[in-house]
Amino acid sequence: MKVFGLLAVILCGSLLLYSTGDFPDWGDKDSPANTYLSPHYITKSLEETAVPNMVTAVLADYRGYDTMFETTVIFSAGLACFFLLRISNKKEKKRTFYRHIATGIILHIKEGGKIPEDTSKFTQIDSQWTPNDLIIKVTCRMIIPFIQLFGLYVIAHGHHSPGGGFQGGVILGASMILFAISHDLRTTRKRISEKTAAILSTTGVLIYAGTGLLCMLFGAVFLDYSALAWLLGSDPIMARSHGMLMVEIGVGMAVMFVMIWIYYNISSAGKQEEGL
Amino acid sequence: MNDFLEIFIAKYNYWGFIIIMMIGLYAMIVKRNLVKKIIGMSIFQTAIILFYVSIGAKENATIPILQHSHAGSVQSAEAINYINPLPHVLMLTAIVVSVATLGVALALAIKIYQQYGTLEEDEIQTIINKT
Repeated sequence: MKVFGLLAVILCGSLLLYSTGDFPDWGDKDSPANTYLSPHYITKSLEETAVPNMVTAVLADYRGYDTMFETTVIFSAGLACFFLLRISNKKEKKRTFYRHIATGIILHIKEGGKIPEDTSKFTQIDSQWTPNDLIIKVTCRMIIPFIQLFGLYVIAHGHHSPGGGFQGGVILGASMILFAISHDLRTTRKRISEKTAAILSTTGVLIYAGTGLLCMLFGAVFLDYSALAWLLGSDPIMARSHGMLMVEIGVGMAVMFVMIWIYYNISSAGKQEEGL
Repeated sequence: MNDFLEIFIAKYNYWGFIIIMMIGLYAMIVKRNLVKKIIGMSIFQTAIILFYVSIGAKENATIPILQHSHAGSVQSAEAINYINPLPHVLMLTAIVVSVATLGVALALAIKIYQQYGTLEEDEIQTIINKT
């Protein structure tokens, strides 16, 4: 099997290497990819959309449909993880351990035993629970607000500098995943429950599609933001810029909460109790 | 030899991507462990992302973000001075989508492990054949 695989790979690779002779040179200004469509984006995007960052202009306006369905793909991936893995844990586990936070006394609760209700005094512990992670917790608690602020900046300033909804959404999602790693899954679920993550990721996709529908209500085609000029109180060119911001916020929300949702399901294999 | 070197120097980027891509393909074909196969798939995707980004490169060109002034003066951009934004747009979405699909792949791997108690392909095959 190994020899056969190696032979197939070498054959495939050498065919590809042979075909590179027909490819344009590295950094060629007149290569096919750089000639037909892209000069229009580079020269016309600022006067057509008032957005200096061409990548954002192409992403959210010229190729709006593509980006909308990419967002839908991400949302579907989150749903797929949920349906594959999620186990409803209505049945209580056989034995549970609760730790009194102030004294450190551990209660061993047998099957069918009464569980302490006050979660501010008792915390459920499991095999993954470690007591000595004060440095990690404090460091993460200090870093996470700045990561989130940077994520919001990346989304909001995506028109003028590298950034946008996808990148900012991933940074925001990563900040919550960092929180979940440094503390534990149960603490994170108190901040952002699974239900919240599901509802807000759906909302993100709906903001995108809703912006498109709003354009249709104002008499233009789907995702033609210039129709929103009256609503936003600006000229049609600036309305495109603002419409892109609305769409990017939707993308950011969808990406952030789908990342968190996928992490919840994968890190705990669907139980959402122990986790990393 | 000199001809070969000329071709190699003009197109060395493609050689890099093809080597990375073949490493990923080899991992997907040969490795028996499903997680290693998933890692191979990620390496394969990375090679394609690099390939697309390198297509948009132009010599002596800068990133596709224009200088913007609020005075309302729209300066004319020469297409030759800015790299091609289109591959960047395509890959920007592809990176995030690849992370999401990686999540689905890992979820499937977890499900297979819960069902069969192993991630080795041949062991799963023997368990399937027994039943």
